[in-house]
Amino acid sequence: MEPRAVTAPSPAALWRPRWRYEPAHLALYAALLVVVGVLVVLPIASVLRGALVDSGGFTLAHVARFFYTPLYLESLRNSLYAGLGATLLASLLALPAAFLLGRYQFRGQAVLVTWLTVPLVIPPFVGAIGLNQALGRAGALTLFLEDRLGVQFVAAEGLRGVILAHALHYFPFILLTVTNALANVDPSLEEAAKVAGARGVRLLWRVTLPLVAPAYAAGAILVFVRSTDDLGTPLILNVKNMLGPQAYFRITTIAREDPDGYAISIVMLALALVAVLLATRLGQRREVATLQTGSRAAGRPLRGWGPRLLLAFSVLVGFLGLLPHLGVVLMSVSRVWSLTYLPTGYTLDHYAEILFRAPQFVLNTLLYSATAAVVAVAVAVGVAYLQHRGRVPAPGLLDFAATAPIAVPGVVLGIGFLRVFDRWTVPWLGVPLTALWLIFPMLYVARRLPYAVRATSAAMAQVHPTLEEAAAVCGARRWRTFRRVVLPLVLGGAVAAGVLVFVTAAVEFSATVLLISRVEQSPLSYGIYLYAQSPRGRGAAAALGTVAVVLVAVGTYLANRIGGRRPALTW
Amino acid sequence: METVSEERVLAVEVELDRLTKRFGATAAVYGLSLSVGRGEFFTLLGPSGCGKTTTLRIVAGLVEPDDGRVLFDGKDVTRLPPWDRNLGMVFQNYALWPHMTVFDNVAFGLVERRVPRAEVQRRVAEALDKVGLTGMEGRFPSQLSGGQQQRVALARALVVRPGLLLLDEPFSNLDAKLRVQMRAELARLQRDLGITTLYVTHDQEEALVLSDRIAVLDSGRLVQAGTPRELYENPRDVFVADFLGGANLLPGVVVRRGSAEVEVQVGDARVTAPVEGEAAPGQPVWLSVRPEHLELSFGDAGGLRGTVVATDYLGWTLQAEVALPDGTRLQVRGLDPSTPLRPGQPVSLRIRSERARVFPRRS
Ligand SMILES: Nc1ncnc2c1ncn2[C@@H]1O[C@H](COP(=O)(O)OP(=O)(O)OP(=O)(O)O)[C@@H](O)[C@H]1O
Ligand SMILES: [Mg+2]
Repeated sequence: MEPRAVTAPSPAALWRPRWRYEPAHLALYAALLVVVGVLVVLPIASVLRGALVDSGGFTLAHVARFFYTPLYLESLRNSLYAGLGATLLASLLALPAAFLLGRYQFRGQAVLVTWLTVPLVIPPFVGAIGLNQALGRAGALTLFLEDRLGVQFVAAEGLRGVILAHALHYFPFILLTVTNALANVDPSLEEAAKVAGARGVRLLWRVTLPLVAPAYAAGAILVFVRSTDDLGTPLILNVKNMLGPQAYFRITTIAREDPDGYAISIVMLALALVAVLLATRLGQRREVATLQTGSRAAGRPLRGWGPRLLLAFSVLVGFLGLLPHLGVVLMSVSRVWSLTYLPTGYTLDHYAEILFRAPQFVLNTLLYSATAAVVAVAVAVGVAYLQHRGRVPAPGLLDFAATAPIAVPGVVLGIGFLRVFDRWTVPWLGVPLTALWLIFPMLYVARRLPYAVRATSAAMAQVHPTLEEAAAVCGARRWRTFRRVVLPLVLGGAVAAGVLVFVTAAVEFSATVLLISRVEQSPLSYGIYLYAQSPRGRGAAAALGTVAVVLVAVGTYLANRIGGRRPALTW
Repeated sequence: METVSEERVLAVEVELDRLTKRFGATAAVYGLSLSVGRGEFFTLLGPSGCGKTTTLRIVAGLVEPDDGRVLFDGKDVTRLPPWDRNLGMVFQNYALWPHMTVFDNVAFGLVERRVPRAEVQRRVAEALDKVGLTGMEGRFPSQLSGGQQQRVALARALVVRPGLLLLDEPFSNLDAKLRVQMRAELARLQRDLGITTLYVTHDQEEALVLSDRIAVLDSGRLVQAGTPRELYENPRDVFVADFLGGANLLPGVVVRRGSAEVEVQVGDARVTAPVEGEAAPGQPVWLSVRPEHLELSFGDAGGLRGTVVATDYLGWTLQAEVALPDGTRLQVRGLDPSTPLRPGQPVSLRIRSERARVFPRRS
């Protein structure tokens, strides 16, 4: 054949725009937009509306009133104080251990890491119950201090108690990010500084710290955000003048439509938003700071006094971190524990109470969390697929909406849910949607969707597009390719995410508490709060708390197992 | 019935008609027309980024062209999705599904075609046998070497008895020795099956060895298509000459024009070489001489004088780089390996002018 010379295509063809959307993708996109819109966008918008709109249209009057009301200002101050205090204390607990683990190599290192992350398995408001037994007004250690040393000091009380409970629960976040960053600092950077003459403290100050600072900041911000987000701990410790409790009380005890409740919500929202944006910015900086040349610094052996002191301190922190667990578990089996170091009698009665006499708390939690996990994973797989492969307009929009709740405090989301779904009447039943148990899984899906989407999206990003192209060429239509290639490859990541959704939903309190209309429907977390209200119920609260700890521990273990077993791609 | 005839596929005839594909402002493929005969081994050859992969993906249906048509056996398939084209394709990175065993990878296309289970078993076994992987059915891709993965990819492409086999640099991830071996196996399989094959490579040797015909692309455009011999012996321009086989380019000026040859002044020397097309006296031209068409002798023996700059000893042969007085460097190939050649030595080069070509040069 004689090749035809280069022929220009007809000019008309060059102007033909090619917006080719895939109908199946568009349908899925629309469905997911509705789901995410209803579960996420509507509630958030509703809170904004409640705070910024009244009969006369847009107004800043409610927000302004927030800043004129002494009680609210005090609550803001207290929330900031507690959040910053918890962050600071968590840093003090975490940083020495992080330095030890990131820089030295010693026997039992892995054990220490695991031990120091154990606090994460206890929800902070459950931990608060345990702390109260150890360091509260009548706590074992408080009594010990008073009897033996004559010191009168109640550590776990009021704001101080909130700070302590949060610091002991959240310090592993800082520990993990900083340890990881220290281990990932390109050793050549430090070596270069050493060659240039920097040594010891100067090296630490001028090179190492700036390199891990972004990671530390990210961990610290996470602690701050989680701490200000948590409603359960202040309620358990009976601290009312903080933002979360104030918003909760305004909405549930004053009036559903009380604009002050929404104004407080907006302030909380703004606070969380600023923190999350800051963390995102720092996250981008962090990637620049840790050059990954693959060569990790070899850990130094433990020699001299400095590192031994660090080790001793870390072990002490480990014991402190176990205090809440110990308190809760002991409490759950104690018959009488009052004004003594240890319980004066033991019983399994509290477990009988929560497992046989009032089993609905645990059963409800299992039902709600499992439903939420399945739905969240299904939605997350759809969102992640469309984000990476969707032939739809603006695939990022869906992802953005689905991850928005990451910056929404639980109380605020709960208030939004209440405001929106209290007005939705269920057909046939004639009751508001908030009266159905379904409201809880819906809430948990909305709250945990960001994590599910991120994990699934990360798994999806690992699937090389040619794997799908190869399937298409082999004769598989889009759906078949999705089922036979994409789904199996992201399933590991998605299921791991689902287990984490289950676990976090099982101990969700901040938003749950707003939507409780009947005790028979309430999940475990609210049950703990309910029992803890009366001194005689504390044992049952602790027993429920122990169940929560076991659920979280097993779930976290499973998620790590499943997540780690994803098939390795060959490139 | 003979097994061979049962295995032979219904090969298609492919025609590309003025294909154009743009990514943003740049055209990856521009006005490309080609036709590939039934059972032909056809290679797209060109430098990186010239649009080979894009062309192949258009043929597969993975990329939709902005303009132009793809025809299989005269039928317009431009808008047909990949799964309806009955193709076999081997990707550069193999694209084996990591969560499936070798068996499941190969059986994938048969399952999609609803082939009965017993026949799937038989055909997968047959395909694995053909690529020499019998006994590996239960392994996962991560448990295979690069060459074995390559074979699985090939088996997966062939097992569906496609009308057209597409291969995108299938051997570029293999080491040199394995590449030569796989190349031979592919050639044998392709001949046995009589399957139309569109092959993409930037390796000219691979193209020359394997192909019935080659199309050389540059910046998304077709430069020349023909049999390996045609392209090698009668390159249409400097680009083809240099890309296929390599060429020494000597600047010269036309002195005299004959009927089918032309006399060119190159430095001090005059060379008479065959020419096609226009070449008026006074016109600047390139004299293109392949490295094996230069004869080297020591001292001043007429022709072009130069100095040896470097030598490459390859065992079975010797190559040299020679600098002319004006600085032009020439490659010389195919020397007797026992030639006592040292850098710095003065040599002279005689051009086997009947093998040289003359191309226009923009001054
Ligand atoms: N999906 C894409 N988006 C944008 N540009 C693209 C895309 N695919 C290809 N291109 C561009 O089109 C041109 C041709 O690419 P193509 O992959 O077809 O080249 P190639 O000949 O296969 O090169 P190589 O030998 O390096 O594989 C290149 O300039 C490339 O950058
Ligand atoms: Mg390519």
